[in-house]
Amino acid sequence: MKTKSKPVKLSPKRAVAATAHAVVPLKDRKLNFGNRWDFAPAPEDSKSYVIAPQHELFINGKFVAPSSGKYFPSINAATEQQLTTIAAANAEDVDLAVQAARKAYDKVWSKMPGRERGKYLYRIARIIQEKARELAVLETMDGGKTIRESRDVDLPLVAAHFFYYAGWADKLKYAFPGKAPQPLGVAGQIIPWNFPLLMAAWKIAPALACGNTVVLKPAETTSLTALRLAQIFQEAELPEGVVNIVTGAGDTGAALVNNPDINKLAFTGSTEVGKRIAQALAGTKKKLTLELGGKAANIVFEDAPIDQAIEGVINGIYFNQGHVCCAGSRLFVQEGIYSKVIKKLRDRIQTLRVGNPLDKNTDIGAINSRPQLEKIRELVQSGVHEGAELTQTQCTLPAKGYWFAPSFLTGVTHAHRVASEEIFGPVLSVMTFRTPEEAFERANNIPYGLSAGVWSDKGSKIFKMVNKLRAGVIWANTFNKFDPTSPFGGYKESGFGREGGLQGLAAYCRLG
Amino acid sequence: MKALVAPAGFRSSATSRFSAPTVDAIMLEERAASFSTRSIKTSAKMAGLKMTVSMCDLTTLEGKDTPGKVAYLCRKALQPIEAKYAVPSCAAVCVYPNMVKYARKFLGDVSSVNIAAVATGFPSGQYPLRTKLEEVRRTVADGADEIDMVIDRCAFLAGDHAKVFDEIAATKEACGQAHLKVILETGELVTYDNVRLASEIAMLAGGDFIKTSTGKVSPAATMPVTLVMLEAIRDYFFATGIRIGMKPAGGIRTSKQALAYLVMVKETLGDDWLNPQMFRFGASTLVNDVLMQIAKQVDGNYQGSDYFSLP
Repeated sequence: MKTKSKPVKLSPKRAVAATAHAVVPLKDRKLNFGNRWDFAPAPEDSKSYVIAPQHELFINGKFVAPSSGKYFPSINAATEQQLTTIAAANAEDVDLAVQAARKAYDKVWSKMPGRERGKYLYRIARIIQEKARELAVLETMDGGKTIRESRDVDLPLVAAHFFYYAGWADKLKYAFPGKAPQPLGVAGQIIPWNFPLLMAAWKIAPALACGNTVVLKPAETTSLTALRLAQIFQEAELPEGVVNIVTGAGDTGAALVNNPDINKLAFTGSTEVGKRIAQALAGTKKKLTLELGGKAANIVFEDAPIDQAIEGVINGIYFNQGHVCCAGSRLFVQEGIYSKVIKKLRDRIQTLRVGNPLDKNTDIGAINSRPQLEKIRELVQSGVHEGAELTQTQCTLPAKGYWFAPSFLTGVTHAHRVASEEIFGPVLSVMTFRTPEEAFERANNIPYGLSAGVWSDKGSKIFKMVNKLRAGVIWANTFNKFDPTSPFGGYKESGFGREGGLQGLAAYCRLG
Repeated sequence: MKALVAPAGFRSSATSRFSAPTVDAIMLEERAASFSTRSIKTSAKMAGLKMTVSMCDLTTLEGKDTPGKVAYLCRKALQPIEAKYAVPSCAAVCVYPNMVKYARKFLGDVSSVNIAAVATGFPSGQYPLRTKLEEVRRTVADGADEIDMVIDRCAFLAGDHAKVFDEIAATKEACGQAHLKVILETGELVTYDNVRLASEIAMLAGGDFIKTSTGKVSPAATMPVTLVMLEAIRDYFFATGIRIGMKPAGGIRTSKQALAYLVMVKETLGDDWLNPQMFRFGASTLVNDVLMQIAKQVDGNYQGSDYFSLP
């Protein structure tokens, strides 16, 4: 078919478009994550929340001074400025708290019908929702995690855990058909600094739902939101002594572990401390659950949805600065896609925004404390020393505070320390494999077994891997998904006992 | 009744030489949603809004379009708002083939605003190839700078990927100097895997841009679909060194939505795509919402819609 066409003039813009489609030589094929369009600062308001200069212990429904009169400072990890001072509880204070919990257990809480206990938990959950913004800001200032995370992940989950276990309080006998679940008594609970409020919720909500009373010890660097939670308990008119909060360092925790009048101890933290606790409780009648360290394998097969797998890897290791016991800190990539994955990973970490945790656009906040930062640095140095290659983002880190740029190490083998030791920071160790058999063999070749991730488009392969991997939680084509209905816990040195879901109730019941 | 068989000459997907990486919905949608949680304030907001205007293909695609309506559109594209707001002109006007000659008349031979024309049996594409190509040649001859073609979804969904490729390649040839945007009509392809595969085919066949939708099918552009296409563009760039442009079209009506798309481009493809040569919005009502926000930033208060000229 013939067409009469007149010559068309090129408009200036079209001339530009024509040149834009020139072929870029191989060496220049790079994405340019520059400052063509910079985001302006978008800080969350923190001025409207006043932090008292001194925080007391919460015993028998009241805030009381520690018997020693000693307080320790609490530091904002992002600025190194002192936020407040926190009471240091000694064995005497811990004993007072346990006695208060015992009295509340005997006189009130164990006798209260489940539906009444449930009402208190619902009330607490609702107040947490109402104060979610304030709690998120405090969590961010105290621990260094980003406001994006505390606002969008931590706080919604905190409320969800209270809501979920509130629902179980009057249905316990349906949770365990044919059994008559009874509370254990006084539960001692020791929680870590990576998810201060969320770990408190994971522990307190099921304990109270089952009719136990609680003595909680928050981590030394992150006590602030637990004490704010105590105020919420007061506001909810939770009976005195049902939850007591004792703050302090390791010796406070030891006093709680060794207190003869607790019936149960639940600990989340390092494997090293977990082992000491297990030794201390051996031979006693105290029930124990431990949720300890991890070194999760994220396994990416050649048939995986690669761009989505990259997102899962990023979320898996850099979420909460890598301060996550189930962090996907070991990446196993099938050899055929290794270079492609590394290239994509290198581009993707460049877009992570590191800095002021209160800025709503920050993806990576501050490292929780100086000792933790030093530990991360030491382990990464050992990795480089042992021959691994380090890749980091090109971001500028703030001058003050504790910071570590998002990093990954390639050329890692099982013999490297960074392949087996938990770094608990934003550092990924990358390794390769050839076959599914090799993948689960390598993934299991570690004393931990908390979580794992599998990325493949093939359902049968996913099921095969899931059955072979020895880990408490395994995600397929996603990572770091949490829900109060789903149990969480580990194999091997990652601990025992489950938190969350129906299984989480079993940890706080005697099944007569 | 006759058995259902493929027509003669039909090439099934079993012999298709096209392949694409798989896409998983869960993490894709999670990632796409994350861009909307970026907080774009003050100077960043102003810059983003102006960039949005400069990337707009101001569109009218109706049976009732007339030279008069096209005149309104062209004038609006040239000067979206009074000069004191220092807002750039739109990238292009987007019209039906019959309206191209009027648009060329109103914009003149050389203009800062391009003329884009939908073609190849828009929006369904259910026409013979030879009439589609004839339509493209005449539209270019009438003065279109850019051709927005639709792919043959019939062939794609029936598995004849080679036909989709061949039609795009033939259209590209018929375009001559004009720039080719390939509309996938993702609302009819439905799955992300289909979107990814169609993107690969469109880029390989010579499309300069890939575009989500005609605006005549719901859903039109969505964030996850656009992300799949941006990822396809990224991989194609690494493989070939050619930068393909992206145009989400339909359903983007608010400034907030537009800024979220720009964040997605910034964090997926980077700065080299943050310009009207590489990224466009196909929209009719978006511009005035953006202008309203710009005027608010400058004047400090919101004005009603009567203070913004209709396209």
